[in-house]
Amino acid sequence: MAKKQPANPIANSAGNGLLDRRLFLTGGLASLGIALSPVVNASESTINRARKPWMQSPGRALGDYGQPSQHEAAVVREGRTSQVGTLGSGASRTPLQDLQGTITPSGLHFERHHSGIPDIHPEQLQLSVQGLVKQPLKFSLNDLARYPLTTKTYFLECSGNSAVNLGPNPALLTCGGIHGLVSASEWTGVPVSYLLDEAGIDSKAKWVVAEGADAARMNRSIPLDKMLDDALLALYQNGERLRPEQGYPVRLLLPGYEGNTSVKWLHRLEVSAQPAMSRQETSKYTDLNLDGRAEMFTFEMGVKSAITSPSGNQQLTGKGYYEISGLAWSGYGPVRKVDVSADGGKTWAAAQLEEPILDKSLTRFRIPWHWDGTPCTLLSRAADAQNHQPTRAQYTKAKGTSGFYHYNAMQAWRIEADGGIHNVYV
Amino acid sequence: MFTSRGLVATAFALVSLNAVSDPKGVETPRLGQQLEPQEVHSITVWPDGKGLPPGSGNAVTGQKVYAQQCQACHGLSGKDGINDTLVGGQVAPTSLPKLRTVGSYWPYATSLFDYVRRAMPYRTPGSLSDDEVYAVVAYLLFKNGVIEEDLTLNAAQLSKVNLPNRQRFYSEYELP
Repeated sequence: MAKKQPANPIANSAGNGLLDRRLFLTGGLASLGIALSPVVNASESTINRARKPWMQSPGRALGDYGQPSQHEAAVVREGRTSQVGTLGSGASRTPLQDLQGTITPSGLHFERHHSGIPDIHPEQLQLSVQGLVKQPLKFSLNDLARYPLTTKTYFLECSGNSAVNLGPNPALLTCGGIHGLVSASEWTGVPVSYLLDEAGIDSKAKWVVAEGADAARMNRSIPLDKMLDDALLALYQNGERLRPEQGYPVRLLLPGYEGNTSVKWLHRLEVSAQPAMSRQETSKYTDLNLDGRAEMFTFEMGVKSAITSPSGNQQLTGKGYYEISGLAWSGYGPVRKVDVSADGGKTWAAAQLEEPILDKSLTRFRIPWHWDGTPCTLLSRAADAQNHQPTRAQYTKAKGTSGFYHYNAMQAWRIEADGGIHNVYV
Repeated sequence: MFTSRGLVATAFALVSLNAVSDPKGVETPRLGQQLEPQEVHSITVWPDGKGLPPGSGNAVTGQKVYAQQCQACHGLSGKDGINDTLVGGQVAPTSLPKLRTVGSYWPYATSLFDYVRRAMPYRTPGSLSDDEVYAVVAYLLFKNGVIEEDLTLNAAQLSKVNLPNRQRFYSEYELP
């Protein structure tokens, strides 16, 4: 009688070549027959003493401020658009498909400005705390920098991110071109609660109107509870002072909230009993529903994920092993789970989530995959403690296609037989 | 002349005097300086009309302001410019094209005054007088069929203007 075979520990974890996410940990690639050849052949390297050009003389001088390799010059923000007749009223996107890990290089952080990037001398900026407070106060930037500082890693996402996928036909864009209005940084600054406590909050206060010192004096009303909870006056981004396009010298940073509320170039906090009903929070950044009603103050960014590699407009170079990798995030808390499908959503496998999995930050997911060379569709879906990322059909059935903001449905990438990849709706 | 020891002692004394614990138990230096009443500035216009300045204007004068300051970007009719459409659209838009104009979408007329004074004209924000802002707001409300052409808008009148789409806005947050 034939003995039952033990379960294969590296068996496919879902259809169409998705492998177990622990494949590397178990050393399973070799037992799958996938050869891992050494990068350099040892015998050749000892025999061949010829020097490459860059090894024949000393390299270039030390520098003041480092820049990426000239060979990476193509990795830049993409999809840069500004309103007709303007240069600084629009958006540019993070090239997510060219990056790894979870921190966005400061120079590639997405931009969204309403009237260009102001040039503010740090000694001339004054932050006022006024309105329903016992004592209106003013702070210089030097004052702020002397407070106990807090460092946290958070994502920032424009609530219009990914909205191109609400269009009737899938736009043939890269992952960054579709989803690149999300970035993540390590932010260092002063909790807003310190300054509000110092000014003394009136018992009637419920909101705080934050105003920027750009030409548009962009303003948003923020619930006081959020300001007292985890709002940060960010002075540093990824260890250095904020970039001008990220609000230099000080910006509001509201973890998990739609990016527009994290007011840049902050110069005023006005404590109030009611929201201002500013243009940005009424005619823009409101969610139009199917019944014609519009919801205001929908702050949290929903749970979302996208495969960044392989992704739109990239090219697979032949069948065989690939790592599927992407980003997941939620404005409600840490990402709990990401599943990946390589058969258009018929079967799913759990992806490996890379530690640390931080609250309201980007989480990197990975899963090994063996492509058999036939056309297929890749998808990812994320979940946080309470919420599941919807399919596009579920989202549009519930919300229609005119809402524009807070679109968080699953992204599908179609892989053709020639290895070409493009955006697709499933 | 201070010794280094004296400096440390002085610094410590200052910290002891000024540092006060915030509710989260963190000692902060409390460096905020009093904002004197004459230093308290705000350009926020609230939905109940609070914050609206003195002054007035109507659609007739507003048309002149519009022609000089707005038309290049927003078009002769407010419908045909290279930038945002300001006039027209269907109230309660539910499908594309979504014309989110003052007449079809905006819930509060006070937001229009606030925004024009805050951010417009695009190249020279803050350059209009309050009378000119009232006038151009009156003109846009007239072109959207919200008010009569000869109505003179001032703080009291503007506070009373109801926009047609107002009732379709809602929020989870308790609003006044």
